Amino acid sequence: MTGTTPTGAASNRLTLDGETVAFEEGESLFELARRHGDAVSSLCFDDRLEPLGACRLCAVEVEGQARPVASCTTLAHAGMVVRTRTADLERHRRILTDLIVSENPTGAAIDSLRGSASQELAQLAGRYEADGRRFGGARSGASRADDANPMILRDYDHCISCYRCVRICSEQQGDDAISVGGRGFRTRITTEFDGLLADSACTFCGQCVQTCPTGALADRRALEHAETPGELAATRSICPYCGVGCSLDILTKGERIVGVRPAPDGPANEGALCVKGQFAWEWVQHPDRLTNPLVRKDGELVEASWDEALDRAAEGFREVAAAHGREAVYAVASGRAPHESAYTIQKLVRVCFQTNQIDNCSRS
Amino acid sequence: MAGLAATLGRGAMSNPLADMEKPDVIFCIGTNMTETHPVAATRLKKAQARGATLIVADPRRIPLARRADLHLPLRVGTDVALLGAMAHVIEREGLVDETFLAERTEGWERLREHLRAFTPEWAEGICGVEAADIERAAIAYGRAERGAIYYTLGITEHICGVDNVQSLCNLMLMTGNVGRPGTGINPMRGQNNIQGAGDVGALPNHFPGFQPVTDPANQEKFERAWGVRVDLQKGMTKVRALERAGEKVFGMLICGENTVVSDPDAGHCRRALGSLEHLVVIDIFLTETAELADVVLPASAWGETDGVFTNTERRPQRVRAAVAPPGEARAEWWIVSQLAKRLGAGGFDYESAAQVFDELCSLSPTYHGLSWELVAEGRHQWPVPEAGHPGTPLLHIGEFPRGRGLFTTPEYRDPAEVTDEDYPVWLTTGRRLAHYHTRTMSGRSAGPEFLVPEEVVEVHPADVAAWGLTDGEPAILASRRGSVVVKVAADDTSPRGTVFSSFSFSEVPVNVLTGSGYDPITDTAELKVCPVRIEPA
Repeated sequence: MTGTTPTGAASNRLTLDGETVAFEEGESLFELARRHGDAVSSLCFDDRLEPLGACRLCAVEVEGQARPVASCTTLAHAGMVVRTRTADLERHRRILTDLIVSENPTGAAIDSLRGSASQELAQLAGRYEADGRRFGGARSGASRADDANPMILRDYDHCISCYRCVRICSEQQGDDAISVGGRGFRTRITTEFDGLLADSACTFCGQCVQTCPTGALADRRALEHAETPGELAATRSICPYCGVGCSLDILTKGERIVGVRPAPDGPANEGALCVKGQFAWEWVQHPDRLTNPLVRKDGELVEASWDEALDRAAEGFREVAAAHGREAVYAVASGRAPHESAYTIQKLVRVCFQTNQIDNCSRS
Repeated sequence: MAGLAATLGRGAMSNPLADMEKPDVIFCIGTNMTETHPVAATRLKKAQARGATLIVADPRRIPLARRADLHLPLRVGTDVALLGAMAHVIEREGLVDETFLAERTEGWERLREHLRAFTPEWAEGICGVEAADIERAAIAYGRAERGAIYYTLGITEHICGVDNVQSLCNLMLMTGNVGRPGTGINPMRGQNNIQGAGDVGALPNHFPGFQPVTDPANQEKFERAWGVRVDLQKGMTKVRALERAGEKVFGMLICGENTVVSDPDAGHCRRALGSLEHLVVIDIFLTETAELADVVLPASAWGETDGVFTNTERRPQRVRAAVAPPGEARAEWWIVSQLAKRLGAGGFDYESAAQVFDELCSLSPTYHGLSWELVAEGRHQWPVPEAGHPGTPLLHIGEFPRGRGLFTTPEYRDPAEVTDEDYPVWLTTGRRLAHYHTRTMSGRSAGPEFLVPEEVVEVHPADVAAWGLTDGEPAILASRRGSVVVKVAADDTSPRGTVFSSFSFSEVPVNVLTGSGYDPITDTAELKVCPVRIEPA
């Protein structure tokens, strides 16, 4: 939605920081303000979730209202006069950010490997020069160091109770594995019966990790590479598991794969992944990978050069065809490899042996 | 896919994945979608949260069944009876779409006659689902403004897989639930690029783009493209090729498939591969299958390879190399091209995956309007017949590829093997969320191994007691083909008398047991039904 200006009916207009702007039916003041600049931020907002108005960072002034309102839960109406850049609002945002940062033991700085949204608080803290020192003292949240699952780190010392994890688990994933326990300062994110994730309804899809704005929930597989040297880079690809075809980014440092992140604009998944796509990628660079062609000699498979292996492979098929006929050579293409693999294999069978002795693995 | 190709003219998912949020009645049968297609299943959960009715037919109380408004726990292998009875009720209650029947279908009168015998009471005696529940399901689907059917291998991996698919197709056609958003018949493809493997012509009956090899015009077309005249005769299916190994087939090239663990009747499969004179395997690991090869060629893996996958909704999308492959591993298109050149073939001088893909597009009617550049964004769903075409997210609008939708008249048949005194228990096989196929990938990743470190056989708690088994202790599971030892897990997901296991662990090679029969049309193995005996180890 960013960067576009809808051409609504003349009645769908309001005044935003002195300018007349058009809004879309059902659009919130937060979404409208975001299309017109970066004055308003939020830590509890995620495009895929129902707005909650919990963090209060997105407050704006609406003429006629005694106090600032949460822009994410206030719909745009014709004729409204909205201010997002006043000195009062900026002061409010600065203090609020400082208060939130004070909850964090390490300030706002956090490894970006933790998750897609993990830098949101850090960015805000940078903007408002918030170091949290103004509000020292007790902190809420208690990390679950006892949850030894190798996928999701539950580092609740960084939790700011935005409930994005709770909401994404319910609204998007439909698993309702994460809940809220306690009240007020003792509010905490937990699971049913306060237990471990593996004993809950959690399916380890990782959506909570990716929406967490502070890295309190974090990708443990990726964090194993916190010390791996190299710039973090992302390559857009498609998940290698089932047929849904979820778009994702492969995270790398140099020649090392260090993680996976769902693509919010993936047509099949719209930002979701499952446990396999999110966390099961380490096989790619596993030491068991085949690194050399192998040929059987005296009953044993031994390493060979490409030339030797390919010559041997071709010679064997030529001999089979000569002895038993063209249709004695058969090929099975993979439903796991890309098109170019299966295409060249079927072409090889049809061109080299002029038969249709080709299938793929879909019948079992 | 053959079932739909015959009745509609196109064997593929009819509606886009985004449509899963739009039906008002969803009928899922033979699909453990929350475990096998988890991200697609989130869309069904959203539809349900918005008020859609979810009906799930599955022998087991799978997670989707636990969420369902109505669960139909049919006995394994009795889908034709259940679906025929649903069609019977829809007709009886006057819920058929007469206009749709008249304008877009053929064969209705024959089917109506055929359905007379399929009373819900008769079906209850076969499938074990209460007649009243069959009626409720039929009426809900029959009355739906937008009714959508989803299925996977629980429908197709039977000796009557084609009959099952066509029974579903009958339900869809008689109610006109097709060609509109939130409707349709939607087989969910199981592997990342299994749709693509068919699209590109890795099939014994089709050239790329599903062009029949038996049509002389296609033979000419590919002779012009490749300079070689390919036989007009269909090839064998893989199942037949393995059956004829050592008598008709003597050389095999297997790419990226762990055949001896994933295929039915593993003992037979191992013997078949052993009887070949020449076996070449292209893979990324030394799988159980690669260990049997004469030559093993190391391929680059996902994350190391540029290419295209086509997902279950017919959407080709780009995969990209993020890192270099290890050692000497190379892209499969390069390996295969080198092999083809050594076999004397021309036309394999590719320098990139892009060149291979663009050649495919030039020869395939379904991809003709696509190119390597265009699939970069993944915005098209095939068919894309010409350049500039926006793609076809929704199939069957206005007309079916074959013209009219064809009603068929499937008869109920028992599975290839039924339970008896020696093998009194039904085994059905499937997948688990954390793992994938034979674990060559997920088994080498910490997360899945933490969640599911070993295989179990799920047995209803009452059966655990009745059969003298102990929860957590090993049992011997035996069929007419072999036996395996596996730990018992008391679990009420399975109904009484039916046990479940996945084939993911080579330590528990469940496919030693399976392989009782094959669909006569598609040669798909009956992996979902296998009578077994179970006793303490």
